[in-house]
Parts: sequence; structure tokens; C-alpha cells
Amino acid sequence: MSNEPVNNGRRRFLTAATSVVGGVGVVGVAVPFIGSWNPSARAKAAGAPVEVNVSKLEPGQLIRAEWRGKPVYVVRRTEEILSSLSKHDGQLKDPESEVPQQPVYATNAYRSIKPEFLVALGVCTHLGCAPTHHKGDFDQHVDGVKDGFFCPCHGSKFDMAGRVFQSVPAPTNLMVPEHSFPNDNTLLIGVAGGEA
Amino acid sequence: MFSNLMAWIEQRLPLMDAMNKHAAQYPAPKNFNFWYVFGILASVVLVNQLLTGVWLTMNYEPSGDGAFASVEYIMRDVDYGWLLRYMHSTGASAFFVVVYMHMFRGMMYGSYQKPRELLWLFGMLIFLVLMAEAFMGYLLPWGNMSYWGAQVIISIFGAIPVIGDDLTLWIRGDYVISGATLNRFFALHVIALPLVLVVLVFLHILALHEVGSNNPDGTNIKKPKGSVPPEEQSKFTFHEQYTKKYDIVDAIPFHPYYTVKDLVAVVIFLIVFCAVMFFAPEGGGYFIEAPNFEPANGLKTPEHIAPVWYFGPFYTILRIIPDKLLGAVGMFGAIIALFMLPWCDRGVVKSLRYRCTAHTVNLIQFAICFIILGILGTLPATPLNNMIGTIATFGYFGFFVAIWIYSKNEKTKPVPERVTG
Repeated sequence: MSNEPVNNGRRRFLTAATSVVGGVGVVGVAVPFIGSWNPSARAKAAGAPVEVNVSKLEPGQLIRAEWRGKPVYVVRRTEEILSSLSKHDGQLKDPESEVPQQPVYATNAYRSIKPEFLVALGVCTHLGCAPTHHKGDFDQHVDGVKDGFFCPCHGSKFDMAGRVFQSVPAPTNLMVPEHSFPNDNTLLIGVAGGEA
Repeated sequence: MFSNLMAWIEQRLPLMDAMNKHAAQYPAPKNFNFWYVFGILASVVLVNQLLTGVWLTMNYEPSGDGAFASVEYIMRDVDYGWLLRYMHSTGASAFFVVVYMHMFRGMMYGSYQKPRELLWLFGMLIFLVLMAEAFMGYLLPWGNMSYWGAQVIISIFGAIPVIGDDLTLWIRGDYVISGATLNRFFALHVIALPLVLVVLVFLHILALHEVGSNNPDGTNIKKPKGSVPPEEQSKFTFHEQYTKKYDIVDAIPFHPYYTVKDLVAVVIFLIVFCAVMFFAPEGGGYFIEAPNFEPANGLKTPEHIAPVWYFGPFYTILRIIPDKLLGAVGMFGAIIALFMLPWCDRGVVKSLRYRCTAHTVNLIQFAICFIILGILGTLPATPLNNMIGTIATFGYFGFFVAIWIYSKNEKTKPVPERVTG
């Protein structure tokens, strides 16, 4: 022990400097702990966006893609279907798509980016069954509506924009996943435009 | 020989001294009533949860593929596995019963008021950790209600602006709730949170013994040193930590007087606990919900997603507020309001026995609203239920506003100097 007088200024500086360096260390150590909670490479691969070639889709045709274990319906809607969509608004639960069952960029009359392509999860919002596509004979379920989706499990009905009809068990419209069109022929499911 | 050994230990680690300080020579007010047994009961349930939990991990398999089957295995093939699991699942509900009673006791007798604010805060932290424990534990059986319950609760964090979606992704560790989510919840449920919980309980008890127990009269049993004539002081020997600064009145040592009393409560509690565990372990669908008897299925939403009963009040508040973000704010606000209670209440009189009538009315309406919110949380959200829920939510938050107003210049009854028996 020396008897020199205490240099308080130096002592404070050293304490503060040590604390700052220690604090940086703590932040550094926290990185792996927090980072390990991110989706693993395997989870990322399993949840990667799915590419669908839509150039060969006939007007009116539906194809199924699989994304994150769920079926995705892709339909090329005809002009006739598109123009009929607004005619049965009065029979729908949520004609304006107010419930956020779709990304912001698909919150429009057609619930899509390009009017002709409907992209929606083929998972009934009631209990998750797969609704069947009725082409031209949907009027057996809803008078005057020729095309739509009918869920065989509990009879929920959706129109060709995935909007749910009234008086059926499904509470909301079909889910429209994030999707984008990198070019005219390709649909990318799972990622919004500009992100990929 | 034995006393020599004890002395040898005592010189190196004062164990007997600590036991005297916290049990045999701890001054507890002599007028504790029925409401004062729930702290001990909570400790009993905590031990039950820790023990049965450790035993359950011996056969449980924390993976998306194996979890559901391993719980079935525990229920059917492991000797006494069904009993250990029901002890654990019934224990979870029992934990909340006793903790809610314990908290209500504190509210009735003003046990959160100065100087016991920190004690109350530790208690609230315990409550918070307990809710996290229960939530994560409920995912582990990997039943369909486990899955969808977790789905709903985790998506609450998605309501946070800007970071919400990334935060939920980070919590899940996957784009949907998956084995990755299950595994991290398992790690937190069986290691991280129990450690935190035990430390918090330790601090809760230390903080209690520092400031001393409140009592149904809200009087102070520690009088200034020298102010009480010896014949009026308590006849028992108390630890010098308490007697060197204070004259102790109306107190008895915690052990054996309250250990014996609490033992009676423990026996009665265990009778009820065992009755539920053996005869209604699913609690009529409130302790283990029916959809949880089928495995987690991300494609099949249960018709009615309801939380376990003890989350009911907070879930109702979340649900009746039409905006997602505001709903989450309301739900967490309901818990934060409880944290802030020591500062919402500006009164100096502790026990409702001597406070104004408005306080009694306020406390009763709070309890009723809490129960109504709890019941609504397990029911479907119909317009009528939502209307009742809205009123009850106003009642819940109104309690804190009202107490802040009337406690400022409250007309109270005279508080007796000594406990009334």
C-alpha cells in the first residue's frame, strides 16, 4: 500500500472505462444467445418461398402448390368471373376484406396483385379442410353464382376471390399468403414484392 | 458429540441462527386468519410442481414428432405416470387458485402499502413468471389446444408496430409453431424459469421478513424500542434482529404456532387437491381442454379456442378491445396496473376494516369483475359476452382509478393501537 493521495479523477475514469468495455463484452456475448433463437437453416429451407410457373395456366384453371406444408390454390380467373365478383357483395360476410386475411397490397376488390391470378391458401378458415373448386356449377350452393369454393366438411362457401359467404361456419375469408410476381410467367409464394 | 458437531457447523455457517431468525423466533402477528394460509399453500404447490416436473421430464420427449406420443406413454405405460402428470396439471391450476387468493388477501389488508411495496413487486414478478411457466408448460403436451393457444398468444406480439412480425418469428424460431418452438419452451419451462421462480420466492420471503408481516388489522406490531412496558410486550423470545430496535407486541413465533396452523390448512388443501386430481383431473375441461386429446395440427383450428381458466380475465380484456395492438396493451396494462397498486393507493390506513365504505365497495366490484372476466375468457365471443366483458373491463381498471381518487382524503375509522384478536 502506498501512501500517495488518491487520484479520484483517474479512478473514476478507469471505473467508467472498465464498465464500458465490460458492457460491450456483455452485448457481444448476448449475440449468440439471442441469435440462436432465429429460425435455423433447416427451418428456413423448409419455409422458403415456392416458385410457380403460371404461364401455362388456362383461363379458369386451378393449380395447387405446396408452401410451408399447406396447399396454395392458384387460379387464373376469366374476365367473366372477375366482372361477376362485385354482384354478390350483399351475400358476403366481409366483402371489403376488412379482416386482415391478406397482405396490404392484396386488399382490393379482387384480393390479388394481378386481377386474373387468385392466390389463396386452400385451407378453410373454419377447421382447416380443403375447399373444393366448383367451376360453372357452384350455383347448386349459391343461387346465381357460377364459380366458387365449397368446403365439403361443414359446408362453408367462398367466392372466386376467396371471400366467405354469409350463414356458413367459416368466420373469415380465405387467407391470401404473401406473394409476388418477379416476372410475367413466375409467381413466388411466401415473399412480398421487393423483398426477394 | 452431536452438540459439538452443531456448534462446529454453527461457527462456520450460522444455520440455527437463520432458522431462528426466519421461523422459531420470527415474530408473526397473533391475529392471522384464514386468508393467511395461502402463502404456505403456494410453497407446497411449488414443491409439488418442481418434484413432479422433474419426474415427468424423465419420460417426456421434447420434439414435434414425439411429444404427444410420449405424454400418452406417460399416461398409459409408465408406472404411476398418470398420477405424476395429473399431480402436475392439477397443481398448475391449484397454483393459480392459491396465488389469486394470496393476492386478494394483500389487497384486502393493504399488505402492498408502505413499507411493503418491494415485497408486493417481488410477488407480482412471481405471478408474471408463473404465467409464463403455465403458458409454456401448456404447449408441451403438443395437443391441438396447446398448439392453437400458443398460436394466439404468440401472435399477440405481432401486434407490436414495426418489429412485431420479426419478433414472433424469433420467438417461434420457425414460420409456424413447430418442434423448434416446442424445444425452446421446454428448456425455459423446466430450467430457466424455475430457477428464476425459486430465486424470486427466496427474495419475496426475505423482503417479507425484513419489513415484517402485515395482519388483518393493518396495525404495526413493532413499536419503538422502550415505548412499551415489559408486561405488555410479547412473552415469547424473538430473534435479536427484531428486538434490538423494536418492542414487539401481539406476536407469536412463526414456528411452532403458525407451522401447526398451516399444517391444518395444508391437510384440508390436499384433501381438495386429491379429490380433484383423482375424480376430475381434467377439471371438467377447464384444467385440460378437450381438443388437447388430439395431437397438434396446424391445419385444423379447434372450433373454440379458449385459454385455460386462469388466463381468462386477461384473455377477455385482450379480446373485447377491437384493435389488436390496443387489446395487447389492455391485457398487459391489466397486469401493470396490479404492479402499480402500491402507488395507486395513496391511503395510509391498510386494512379494509378501517377504511372508507367506498373502498370495500370498490374491492368487491373488482373481485366480481375479475371473476366475470375469467368466466367470459372461457366462453365464445358473442356480442352479449363482449358487452358484459367491456363493462367488467371498465370495472377492473376503474378499481385503480377509483382508489387513487378516494384514497387521497379518505375518511377512515380509527385504527386500534393493538390487534383486535
